Amino acid sequence: MLEHYLSLFVKAVFVENMALAFFLGMCTFLAISKKIQAAFGLGIAVVVVLAVTVPVNNLIYTYVLKEGALAWAGFPEVDLSFLGLLTYIGVIAALVQILEMVLDKYFPDLYNALGVFLPLITVNCAILGASLFMVERDYNFGESLVYGVGAGVGWALAIVALAGIREKLKYSDVPEGLRGLGITFITVGLMSLGFMSFSGISL
Amino acid sequence: MSGSTAKKVLFEPVFTNNPIALQILGICSALAVTTSMKLSLVMGLAVCTVTGLSNLFIALIRSQIPSNIRIIVQMTIIASLVIVVDQILRAYAYEISKQLSVFVGLIITNCIVMGRAEAFAMQNSPGVSFLDGVGNGLGYAVILIAVAFFRELLGAGKLFGVEILATVNDGGWYVPNGLLLLPPSAFFIIGLLIWALRGWKKDQVEAEDFKMSAHNVKEAF
Repeated sequence: MLEHYLSLFVKAVFVENMALAFFLGMCTFLAISKKIQAAFGLGIAVVVVLAVTVPVNNLIYTYVLKEGALAWAGFPEVDLSFLGLLTYIGVIAALVQILEMVLDKYFPDLYNALGVFLPLITVNCAILGASLFMVERDYNFGESLVYGVGAGVGWALAIVALAGIREKLKYSDVPEGLRGLGITFITVGLMSLGFMSFSGISL
Repeated sequence: MSGSTAKKVLFEPVFTNNPIALQILGICSALAVTTSMKLSLVMGLAVCTVTGLSNLFIALIRSQIPSNIRIIVQMTIIASLVIVVDQILRAYAYEISKQLSVFVGLIITNCIVMGRAEAFAMQNSPGVSFLDGVGNGLGYAVILIAVAFFRELLGAGKLFGVEILATVNDGGWYVPNGLLLLPPSAFFIIGLLIWALRGWKKDQVEAEDFKMSAHNVKEAF
């Protein structure tokens, strides 16, 4: 049982890395990876939000939206799964807002460190993507928790690594047209190539 | 609205102000579908539809939306449109929608849609906004299709599933490059496309962070 969860975690972090294998959360990934510190803060925020939203969306999907899920309320033939997208994005927006208030009240240090990144996370496709993958692969509650944390850790790892490379890269002499965005894409490509080598691993 | 501004609004985002290559918007959700031309075309069409219609509807009610809850209103409109597109794809092109998997749903968080709604549709009349949305969708589709062209042609020797280069497995001469079907190749191709685009339009080149000083130490020998 534990092995299954561990294998799922490793798979979510390395093999199916959100940023490098599925191109999710690319906009923020490229925009906020100029400094390691900012990248680290954003990475932590993504881990926290993913660890909360994926399991919550899982509960909502299992008990409200799934075909026949409303049997407990006396509507066994209702299928609300077409409302999925709207619900998930609503849940994510609401949770980010609540998380912001909770952090502000109880963990002001963390709140200040995350700053503007927290609200930005609502529109990070890695978050919605993880929820959609969870639904598509039919994870149960435990699996969705592990998957959420794993996907977040994987994304954070990727953005911190990219920020490290970019901090060094700014001293290098890059051809004119490739400067900035172009060379960043190629760097990400090389990183992605590196992560491909994890693809055979399973525990 | 004269003919020339409409044309400008529609075609400017395709090359001059391309959402992917210049504004770094919306790369997120769709690169994973660029392994084949067919998928990219469908994805491009879906994004075009959503950006066009969401811009149209948001522009229609732009003066009724209270500014402090506008993001939620925009989000709801976009999400509903994406649901419609998703359901249509499932009904009429089930195979393709299976292959696109979660990426149709991810159009919601595609920054192009949200960005255009916020930056253009909130200030302009419905007609122009619709064209702007379609134009940006096209700019996005052009990049997707260009990437898919290289990936499918060199990775599988096919275009739209039709064999162009006869591969070795089918008794031909072309040895397909498997790397092009894997995620890293999409990054390389986009990087090179940006390079090509900036070589053509010099004003898009970014400024250097640090200027290299000239090498002025005498060599030891």
